[in-house]
Amino acid sequence: MTTAFRPSRRARPGRLAAEATALVTALAVAFPLYWMVLSAVKPEGEIQSTEPRPWTLAPSLDSFRRVFLQEDFGRYFLNSLLVAGTVVLASAVIAFLAATAVTRFRFRFRTTLLIMFLIAQMVPIEALTIPLFFLMRDLGQLNTLGALVLPHLAFSLPFAIWMLRGFVKAVPEALEEAAYLDGAGRTRFLWQILFPLVFPGLVATSVFSFISTWNDFLFAKSFIISDTSQSTLPMALLVFFKPDENDWGGIMAGSTVMTVPVLVFFVLVQRRLVSGLGGAVKD
Amino acid sequence: MRPDPNATAPPGAGTAGTAARPPGPARGRPRPAAPARTGRRGGATPWLYLAPALVVLAALLVYPVYQLGLISFLEYTQAQVSGGQPTTFQGLGNYRTLLGDPRFRDVLLATVLFAAACVLATLAVGCTLAVLLTRVRALPRTALMLASLGAWATPAVTGSTVWLFLFDPDLGPVNRVLSLGDFSWTYGQYSAFLLVLLEVVWCSYPFVMVTVYAGIRAIPEEVLEAAALDGASSWRTWRSVMAPMLRPILVVVTIQSVIWDFKVFTQIYVMTGGGGIAGQNLVLNVYAYQKAFASSQYSLGSAVGVVMLLILLAVTLVYLRLLRRQGEDI
Repeated sequence: MTTAFRPSRRARPGRLAAEATALVTALAVAFPLYWMVLSAVKPEGEIQSTEPRPWTLAPSLDSFRRVFLQEDFGRYFLNSLLVAGTVVLASAVIAFLAATAVTRFRFRFRTTLLIMFLIAQMVPIEALTIPLFFLMRDLGQLNTLGALVLPHLAFSLPFAIWMLRGFVKAVPEALEEAAYLDGAGRTRFLWQILFPLVFPGLVATSVFSFISTWNDFLFAKSFIISDTSQSTLPMALLVFFKPDENDWGGIMAGSTVMTVPVLVFFVLVQRRLVSGLGGAVKD
Repeated sequence: MRPDPNATAPPGAGTAGTAARPPGPARGRPRPAAPARTGRRGGATPWLYLAPALVVLAALLVYPVYQLGLISFLEYTQAQVSGGQPTTFQGLGNYRTLLGDPRFRDVLLATVLFAAACVLATLAVGCTLAVLLTRVRALPRTALMLASLGAWATPAVTGSTVWLFLFDPDLGPVNRVLSLGDFSWTYGQYSAFLLVLLEVVWCSYPFVMVTVYAGIRAIPEEVLEAAALDGASSWRTWRSVMAPMLRPILVVVTIQSVIWDFKVFTQIYVMTGGGGIAGQNLVLNVYAYQKAFASSQYSLGSAVGVVMLLILLAVTLVYLRLLRRQGEDI
């Protein structure tokens, strides 16, 4: 705390208290994550101890080994990545096109459409599990990753469109006119000029579609019913919950494997995320 | 996705930009040049851009919603799914069954109360920390930001498992620190809901904090300084200066929280083992799932889904009205 980044102008009373509160809160908030990683590397004996200590002197990778070798976590990891990656890419492109349509053109039903997108965002995806289950069955998608990609694509689109709107709107119209005057066609303008400019917004949006897809538990549970080779991480994690004795080491190692990619992704894009959110909210 | 037909205009068609533009599709009349081109009116182009989104949404959102409504009016159980028995129209029969079921009323009430508690706690924590962030120097601020981002990024499933482990009666550190012995948090209805609430607040306050913090930063410095010079306390500054100025943002985060917390599924399912002992921790979402997939009463599950849909639709309409009143242009 003594290493202030800026020289303090005047020591405001209460500021030290505020800073102490902030630091303690930060520690408390980070503690569950710390405990997760710690428990993942604790040897079995220490996890089973009824006197848990907040450190370990004998870190081991046994839990990870068990997770990857016995439960084929690598496969589920790839499945999760494939589903989330497909949803992110497809929804970015589709939402970008749609957001361009509703912000840079005036046409009939435009406002109606926007309101529909907003309402669509509120649809509780879980409520649609039953009809989606029958739809996926009719499409022959049950037990395939497609059954996870398609619904998530649909559910991430309205929010993505709604959020990208602000970013597309922020690109000045003069730029578009200039592009046309220079002889660029609409498609050229769309992909070579508008797309790169809107990219930060796409990143912020992608975080949401990535996370909601990566975290999906209900659809994975409902649609991947018999073919466990098509399972994703959340389902695989529950394998370690046993009626008699939970394998906490395995659960924590699996949780770490599932959390770390999202954490990395988040930290990488956090600046854009914060500014992106600001843009979407102010818009 | 598909290339725009207008784009086939040869870029160097010999004439200056405006004249090189081909007439819009299906319209013989040449449109006025540059201003129209920049997008007030694009003929079929906007629809072309919208087509992929509309197809996906129609097939995977609108159609399922229709199906959900339809199934909720039918008798639809395992017998009908396998084709053993014909489906029969029940009218409002399923809804009557639900409303006559005291279990459903309990679950509905629990869902509303639980969501309300989650929203209030999330907003209180998020706003308090947002204000706190404005009063500290860079190091504590970065620490709190990073920790919050970590909680935000944690998947609901792993958040649930970790919190469950932290509060484990035998092996968790929380009971040791609080000297609670082997008190089981998931055994009682209230303590189980409290545990889930803590996890939900932990992973959803960061969105509120980051958004509100961004909003506070946008308030002109002089306004806050004036309040400080007038000797306003933190609480007073928040109530009389910040909150009114942040109203649009507060509306957004409140509604988003309501929507998220009302449909909590994963946390309840994982932490209370599918709805708690004897279903004491069921919320609507989990209840619908259990009805449909555990007891194959698809029509009753769908009716629960419709109830949820209607409640959230009502919330959305309130949201739209508030946005409209703020004069947001959509």
